[in-house]
Amino acid sequence: MPTTAKKLVSALALGTLATAAGCGGATAASDEDVELRMTVWTSNEDHLALFDSIADAYIADHAEIKSITFESLPFEEYNTTLTTQIAGGNAPDLAWMGDLSADLIDSGALVPLTETLEGTEGWGYEDLLPSVTGEFSRDGELYAYPFSNSPFALYVNTDLLGEAGQTLDPAGLTWDQVSALGSAVNAATGKGGFVVNDFNYSSWNTLATVWTAFGASAWNEDGTECGFDSPEMAEAFTFLHQAIYTDKSMPGPGTTADFFAGDAAFAVAQVSRAGNLDGSFAYDIQPLPAGPVGEYSVIGQAGMGVLQSSAHVEAATGFLAYLTNPENAAKLAQYFPPPRQSLLTGEALAANNTKFTAEQLQTVVVDQVAGAVTLPNHTNPAEIAQKAKTALDAMWTEDADVAAVLGTVCDAIDPLLAE
Amino acid sequence: MGRADAATGYLFIAPQLLGVLVFVVFPVGLAVWYSLNEWNIFTGDMAFVGAGNYQAALEDPQLPSVLGATAVFSGGVVVLNLVLGLALAVMLNRRFRGSVLFRTLFFSPVVVSVVAWTLVWGFLLQDNGGLNGALAAVGVDGPNWLQSGPTAMIAVTFTQVVRSVGINMVLFLAALQGVPGELYEAARLDGAGSRTIFFRVTLPLISPTLLLTAIITIVGALQSFAQIAVLTEGGPGLSTTVLVYYVFQQAFSFNDIGYGSTLALMLLTFVMVLTVIQWQLRRKWVFYED
Repeated sequence: MPTTAKKLVSALALGTLATAAGCGGATAASDEDVELRMTVWTSNEDHLALFDSIADAYIADHAEIKSITFESLPFEEYNTTLTTQIAGGNAPDLAWMGDLSADLIDSGALVPLTETLEGTEGWGYEDLLPSVTGEFSRDGELYAYPFSNSPFALYVNTDLLGEAGQTLDPAGLTWDQVSALGSAVNAATGKGGFVVNDFNYSSWNTLATVWTAFGASAWNEDGTECGFDSPEMAEAFTFLHQAIYTDKSMPGPGTTADFFAGDAAFAVAQVSRAGNLDGSFAYDIQPLPAGPVGEYSVIGQAGMGVLQSSAHVEAATGFLAYLTNPENAAKLAQYFPPPRQSLLTGEALAANNTKFTAEQLQTVVVDQVAGAVTLPNHTNPAEIAQKAKTALDAMWTEDADVAAVLGTVCDAIDPLLAE
Repeated sequence: MGRADAATGYLFIAPQLLGVLVFVVFPVGLAVWYSLNEWNIFTGDMAFVGAGNYQAALEDPQLPSVLGATAVFSGGVVVLNLVLGLALAVMLNRRFRGSVLFRTLFFSPVVVSVVAWTLVWGFLLQDNGGLNGALAAVGVDGPNWLQSGPTAMIAVTFTQVVRSVGINMVLFLAALQGVPGELYEAARLDGAGSRTIFFRVTLPLISPTLLLTAIITIVGALQSFAQIAVLTEGGPGLSTTVLVYYVFQQAFSFNDIGYGSTLALMLLTFVMVLTVIQWQLRRKWVFYED
């Protein structure tokens, strides 16, 4: 027995030593041995190949950079995974960001970029459209490069309209007309009228693509006052409620109607979703329909920034400046509507877009970006989203009191807006 | 026992002990520490707030609804799971053609990935999904299952029970087959009917298994996360937001690690208290403890 015990003690000790040696084997990265990592939510091979090619070109000119990797995280879990990495002390050097940007900027987690970008020869800071930098700026300082600025547009299944004996007159198209056409399609074919992509009676922020037509907004400009209890918002939700339960022009909760599978006549979706059109039906694309306040446009944005926690802030910022310089920004514009005025032309976008003509892209992208509003964004986005969703769930019943439900949304999120 | 023997014993349990220390005791200790702090994960700043998070739990207006949903869901799952598991086991304990096939069918959901299982049920439970399609075929207008509080709770409870009832069925089957046949014979000779035999002979003799299944079913029900996350995201309203899903939301969606840890400790306490209560009560109803 003592012999066995000695053997076991020795094995354990050896194991412990080996583990300790393994842990102690790592050495801190030096300035000559820089490894950069950027988290992204795309897993598209073409996107990643483009990023890799730009990174390879940068590494070739910068001996101190050993590697640059792009880590694909699932879109649905992106914010959770990124924040978990940050909390666990494993933050990336650079990161894509969507609605997490406000939290990152306000907590000081991002590196200011303006000075670096303005100081980079040939970068052309003045080429950035003011309408797309606001969401990623504080007090005139840019914290993330808005590499993707994709307007929401109205996709039309013209086959389905034809099947229902309907035609679309794009001149002066309004939400009421879209609802009437959707209602006719539903009555004639049993398929959906119009859908707001990604809404799914959960992601209510996507309804900004509708309520903006009524002059409503989720909160005021500085994000301190709730806008759900405004008359404009009540009008917008009354329109949606009637579309669902009275006109049957919008599929109700719990009903699946995928526009890209041919199950709905209209879809509000970003232009970047055009890749889902597989040619199984004839389609058209139009700017968002007008509402009581007239014409308007909404964009969904994504930015890329440098984390303050990076061990190589200078190297990461330098790479970001290279990745977004005019030459590389033109390459990125193949896939993401760019923030640079010089790259925003219908012809330029059509060069890499087989789904739409230059004229269509001019109308639904280029003409929309400059005056667009963004989807609602605020610090603490997940908690605001959950609290508002919990209150808004009561809206999706046939006998809902629209104004009362909207009041409860404000009750739920007011404390968070006040923080 | 000599010192050397004791050392050997400790060495043999060392791997398990190390695992428990690293993956249970240490994380629970960390959770206690986090619950006493406010942690800004973006900046890494941690501020000691003492009982602040516990006070916040007492004042959280959503927590009563969450605890209510947790009680309804867990209670429903436990009762249905035990009753159905036992009923299936009793039925399939008899020899008849196809009994093995039925045992396999009822057990098969246990080995299916919980997320895959829930995703499929998500499609079936849509308003225009398979379940309502089947109901419509027999002239019944089915409800929009996941869009109203009561039906959503029924749906998540049902999918959880159907998925996990097989394991209890197998445990009960094993227990039933361990009941000596002569006891049944003696009971019949004494004039006992089927009902009396079940409640006076079968149930007492399988009570150790009943205790085991009750404990693992309660613990499993309190840990059910994927069904809620995939099927309802806790909605509509807070009707299906159970405590474990609320913990996830607070800690990983809202990045409030301190409050999330406080709620996680609350969940741990519930599980421990329920387990201890059952363990103590076993003396009253588990036959070999008399």
